[in-house]
Amino acid sequence: MIEAERLCKVFQDKKRGQVRAVSEVSFTCKPGQIYGLLGANGAGKTTTLRMLATILEPTDGTARIAGFDLLKDPQGVRRNVGFLSTSTALYGRLTAFEMVQYFARLYGMTDAAISKRIDELFTRLEMNEFRDRRCDKLSTGMKQKVSIARTLVHDPPVMIFDEPTNGLDVMAARTIVQFIRECRENGKTVIFSTHVMSEVEKLCDNIGIIHGGRLLTEGTLAGLREKSGLHDLEDIFVQVVEPHIPKEMVAS
Amino acid sequence: MSMRNTLIVYRKELTDSLRDRRTLISMVVVPIVIMPLMSIGITVLMISVIGKAVQEVPKVMILGGDSSPKALADLKAVKDLEFVPAEPDYRQQISDKKIRAAVDLPSGFDESLKDGKDATVKIYHYSGDLKSGIAVDKVENSLNKYRDTTVKLRLEAHNLPGNLVDPFKVEKENVAPPEKVSGAAIGGFLPYFVIILCLTGAMYPAIDLSAGEKERGTIETILCSPVSRTHIVLGKFLMVLTAALCTAVLAIISMGVSFSVAKTYMAGRGGADNPLNASIGLKAIGAVFFMVLPLAVFFAAAMLAIALFAKSYKEAQSYLSPLLIVAILPAIGGILPGVEINSRLAMIPVLSTSLISKEIVSGTFHWNYIGLIFLSSCAYASAALFIAVKLFQREDVLFRT
Repeated sequence: MIEAERLCKVFQDKKRGQVRAVSEVSFTCKPGQIYGLLGANGAGKTTTLRMLATILEPTDGTARIAGFDLLKDPQGVRRNVGFLSTSTALYGRLTAFEMVQYFARLYGMTDAAISKRIDELFTRLEMNEFRDRRCDKLSTGMKQKVSIARTLVHDPPVMIFDEPTNGLDVMAARTIVQFIRECRENGKTVIFSTHVMSEVEKLCDNIGIIHGGRLLTEGTLAGLREKSGLHDLEDIFVQVVEPHIPKEMVAS
Repeated sequence: MSMRNTLIVYRKELTDSLRDRRTLISMVVVPIVIMPLMSIGITVLMISVIGKAVQEVPKVMILGGDSSPKALADLKAVKDLEFVPAEPDYRQQISDKKIRAAVDLPSGFDESLKDGKDATVKIYHYSGDLKSGIAVDKVENSLNKYRDTTVKLRLEAHNLPGNLVDPFKVEKENVAPPEKVSGAAIGGFLPYFVIILCLTGAMYPAIDLSAGEKERGTIETILCSPVSRTHIVLGKFLMVLTAALCTAVLAIISMGVSFSVAKTYMAGRGGADNPLNASIGLKAIGAVFFMVLPLAVFFAAAMLAIALFAKSYKEAQSYLSPLLIVAILPAIGGILPGVEINSRLAMIPVLSTSLISKEIVSGTFHWNYIGLIFLSSCAYASAALFIAVKLFQREDVLFRT
C-alpha cells in the first residue's frame, strides 16, 4: 500500500532560485493494483517516485509505504520497496550473480536464503546462462533482467518503477511490461511513471496525470474517459494538461 | 547490523576496485615497479656516473713552467692525470671538455720561491663539471703539498721549528656508524615517498567510488538499498584507505627489496657515504607508518569528500590534481635541510608528519611532538571524515546537475 499525503519538493536552483518540483501530491495505491503516473518530461514524476523510494526527502508532506512512514522510518520503507529506473544502473565490474547477491546482503538476508532466492530468480528470469558474466559485458535486455532480479531479491510488497522502458528496444521493454504485470498478479502494490500512453492503457488500474509538479486528475481509465468525454488517452491527457501550459508556450 | 553493512559495502568496493585497471595501476603497479625504479634507479645511476668519472684519467694542460723544472716535475708526478702540451686555446678546450683543467705556472716560479717572493699559480677549470672538479682537486692537492714542503724548507733554513706555522692540529672523529649517516640522508625521503604514495594510491578509488558512481548511474541504485548513507560512505572510505595504505606498504616493501638488490650489486662502489649503504631499522619504518596512518585517513576522507562533490570522473580529476600539488609541497618541506620540527609546525598537516618521520628515521624520538602530531593528524582526519559523511547525506551534492 502507498498513501502519499500532500508531498512537496522544493529545490534550490542557482539561476532560477526556488523551484517547486512537486506540489501537494496525494494519492493512494492499493496492493494488487498498478498506479500509473502520467506526465511530460519535467512534470515531477521522477521527483515524486524518488521521494517515495526515500532517495529524496520531501520538503513537506509525507507518505506511508507498506505501513512505514517515509520520514520517520526511511530504512523500513526501503526494506519493503523495490525501485527500478533507467538511472538505477548496474555495477559493471560485478557479475550478474554478484550484483544481485550484493543487494541481497544489504537487505540483511542470510547466505542460505540468498542462494535459494537467487537460484529461483535466475531460473524464472532465464538468467543462468549469463550468471557469471560481468554486467558491463551484458546486452541491454540482460542488464534489465539483472535489475529486475536486484529489485525482487528481497521480495518487496511495493514496487516503484520510474520510466522503466525509457530508451529500451521493443524486446527489452516487453520484458519489463511483462514483469510489472507479474508483480500485480503476485499481489504487490505497483506504481510506475511514464509518458508512453500505450503502456498506461495496457497496464494501469489507476492513472494520475501530473503536470508542473501538481497531480491534476486521477482515476481509472474508464473513469477518465467518462469524465472527459474522450476515448483516446492522449486526447484526455492533452485536455487535462493544456489549460495549465502558459499561453505563449502553446502558441509556439 | 551497522558494522556488518559497512563491511558488506567495503567488501563489494574492494572486489569492484580490484577489477578496475586504473586503481590497480595506481595501487599496485606504481609502488611495485615505478617508485623503486625511480628512486633506486636514480641512485644506482648516480653512483655509476660518479664511479666512472673518478676512474677516468682527466687531461690537464700545463701552461708555462719551462723556467721552473722543479715545480713542473712535482706536478707531473701526480698520478691519474694525463698532461697534454700547452696550446693557446686552452679556455676553449676546457669548455669543449677536451681537457678538464689547465695550470698556469708563472714564469720564474722556482726562482720566486727560492727568493721568497710572491707568486700565484692559476688553475683554469669548468665550474659545475664533475670531471673538471676531480682534476682540480688532484692538482690543488699536489700544489698544497708542494707549498707545505716549501714552507718546511724555509723554516729549516732559518732554524725555526716546523710547528711555527702549524701550532696545533684539528682532528675530527665521527661517532655515528656509517650506515646511520647515510640513513639520515636517505631517511628524509622515506616519509616523503610514503606520504606521496598514500595520496596517489587514494586518488583513483576516491574518484571511482564517488564521482565515478554518479557518472555510471549506480549511486541511485545503492541509495535505494536499506543501508544508511553513513554506512555506505564509511564502506567506501575504508576502501579508499585500504588503497592508500596498500600503495604505501607495497612501495616500502618493493623499495626495501630493490634496495638490498642494488646494495649487493653496487657493493664496494661509491665510497663510504654511498646512500645505498644506509640501513633503516624496522622499528623506524613501523613508527613512520604509525605516524602516517592518521594522515592516510585524512587523505582518504578528504579526497572522497572532494570527489563526491564532482559530477563526473573528469571533474573530480581536475579538483584532485591540484590537491596533489598542495599536499606534495609540505611533504617536500620535510626533506629540506635545516627545517626542524617545532610546536607551530606540528599543527600543519603533512609537513609535521614529514618532519617527525625524518627525525624518527634518523633514530631520534621526540615523544612530545610525536604525541602532538599524531593527535593533530587524528583531529584533521576526523574532521575530513565528518565532512565526507555529511556531504553524502546532502541531496544537492549527490544529485548535483
